[in-house]
Amino acid sequence: MTQKIDKIPELPKGSFERITLDAHQAERITKPSVSFWQDAWYRIRKNKGALFSIVLFGLIVIMAFLGPVISPYAPNAQTITHANLPPKIPVIEKLGILDGVGTLGGKEVDLYEMKNVEVNYWFGTDGLGRDMFSRVWKGTQVSLFIAFVAAAIDMLIGVIYGGISGYFGGRVDDFMQRVVEILTGIPNLVVVILFILIMDPGILAIIIALTITGWTGMSRVVRGQVLKYKSQEFVLAARTLGASDTRIIWKHLMPNVLGVIIINTMFTIPSAIFFEAFLSFIGLGLQAPDASLGTLINDGYALIQFAPHILAFPAILLSLIMIAFNLIGDGLRDALDPKMKD
Amino acid sequence: MGKYIGKRLIYMVITLALIATFTFFLMNVLPGSPIASADKLTPDQRAVVEARYGLDKPLPVQYFDYMFGLVQGDLGISINQFKGADVTDVILSRMGPSAQIGFQGMLIGTVLGILLGMVAALRQNTWMDYTSTFIAIVGISIPSFVFASLLQYWFGLKWELFPVALWKDGFMSSVLPSIALAMFPLATAARFIRTEMIEVLGSDYITLAKAKGASGSEIAFKHAFRNALIPLITVLGPMAVSILTGSLVVEQIFAIPGIGEQFVKSIMVSDFSIIMGTTIFFSVFLIVIILLVDILYGVIDPRIRLSGGKS
Repeated sequence: MTQKIDKIPELPKGSFERITLDAHQAERITKPSVSFWQDAWYRIRKNKGALFSIVLFGLIVIMAFLGPVISPYAPNAQTITHANLPPKIPVIEKLGILDGVGTLGGKEVDLYEMKNVEVNYWFGTDGLGRDMFSRVWKGTQVSLFIAFVAAAIDMLIGVIYGGISGYFGGRVDDFMQRVVEILTGIPNLVVVILFILIMDPGILAIIIALTITGWTGMSRVVRGQVLKYKSQEFVLAARTLGASDTRIIWKHLMPNVLGVIIINTMFTIPSAIFFEAFLSFIGLGLQAPDASLGTLINDGYALIQFAPHILAFPAILLSLIMIAFNLIGDGLRDALDPKMKD
Repeated sequence: MGKYIGKRLIYMVITLALIATFTFFLMNVLPGSPIASADKLTPDQRAVVEARYGLDKPLPVQYFDYMFGLVQGDLGISINQFKGADVTDVILSRMGPSAQIGFQGMLIGTVLGILLGMVAALRQNTWMDYTSTFIAIVGISIPSFVFASLLQYWFGLKWELFPVALWKDGFMSSVLPSIALAMFPLATAARFIRTEMIEVLGSDYITLAKAKGASGSEIAFKHAFRNALIPLITVLGPMAVSILTGSLVVEQIFAIPGIGEQFVKSIMVSDFSIIMGTTIFFSVFLIVIILLVDILYGVIDPRIRLSGGKS
């Protein structure tokens, strides 16, 4: 093993060249510096699923507002003679789908011709002859509104509660955490149903029921983050320089905690949409003529046997919104906080 | 460990007492009388009926009666839905079907989910991975009642493979509801196992196993899979919650005579004692499951020190 090297082989001249080190060049930043948000945006952009979901969700939101407007029929306008018509869309009907053909007495017939209907209903009509197109988009509007308001309230209470608990620590924290521990022990489902029961059914009741214990998750996350950051040097430095508590919280802690707050909110929204639809489906949701995606699905389910389109459109839309939100949430989580995974 | 369990048990009792108290008073501010057609009764008749259910006593007395009964497992008597039957008996008699579809759903979901997650992790960034990730996202996103009605429409109504909605054919009747309930556990397990497996596959002891010449399947099953499986226990809690939430609608859709279906009905007819009893039953069920999961996790994985402070 001990092979002796007698002589180092001569290197051919000219194959290497000495370069001079420039101290200034070594420290040069070759790429433009990116802020946290630019970096996050860059990562989101590379995530195809999330990007697609953002676009899809944007379209759904636009349609939720535009849909009831561009449809010639009001969401609650009833035309009894036009009841239970299957969907018919002018150009696509030539492909053999969405052409207004439905089954009547076991036979496939164009129900529009049968009933002498001159106009087209893009998503068909429901049992009372109401235009499903405007109803579905109106319902989407209501569902999204409930979800966003509920998520915003959850966020507000959760951030304040968790922030105070984490920042002040000690006995305050102990007490506040005991309260949260007991609240999280109560199953969400039970709380939501009980609260819906005592309030008049409606949008407000659903929002209150969803937020009454919904904020605990957010408060825990925020508390954990605040605890982590408040003992770090930059906070100590700020305090030494005489910054007030308010300033430390808003200027130094908040920007750091913002990432997890956004991620958490993105996961609260789909769960709020789900719960709203769930409550409506078991009959505890909005009351007619108000409609959300959940109540539309509930109505459609009753007619699933002979008019499946009434169920199909709201169900598809609800599923698309949920999928989009979960993908956006996943993407944001990877982009804002790569360390935080399932 | 003992201290930790003790502390958790105390919390459990406090939480349950709070839920019971809360439910009790909530039920008493509810609009609507629990006595069917109460308006048609003469005051005398009404007094007799109220005395029968203890509704004539002052509220605090009713409350303490209820709490004492609760400790002994007595949830009161049904007022109008099951006409005087013991709530405890009603719930127990309805447990069978719910437990069956819940258990089957959980089993199907976790087994398939683990398989999907493993395939995805072992064949990372291939079409298999993308397919399983897609299934997982869809499973988490689509609400169980949408999925259940789809299953009912296609498998029950169109293709007539399974009964549409009758709890008569034993196992066959339970297939579709179980699948509907299985979607969430399936998706959760698949996502979880994938993440865990990928992390484990990158760890040093897997490299060592490879260096020592272990075969691919040996590494996958003996080393990676086992270690990825442990943290799955932590999501059993959310899975149980989803099964229970789902059972309310799925039982409704498939007309299964279970607890969920009866709970929704009791809400519709405002049978207070059944609502209260079921609420407390659900709470006990979920709280006990979550406690068991936490304890189990500490026992199985010695790296987790439960008594240690939380971050």
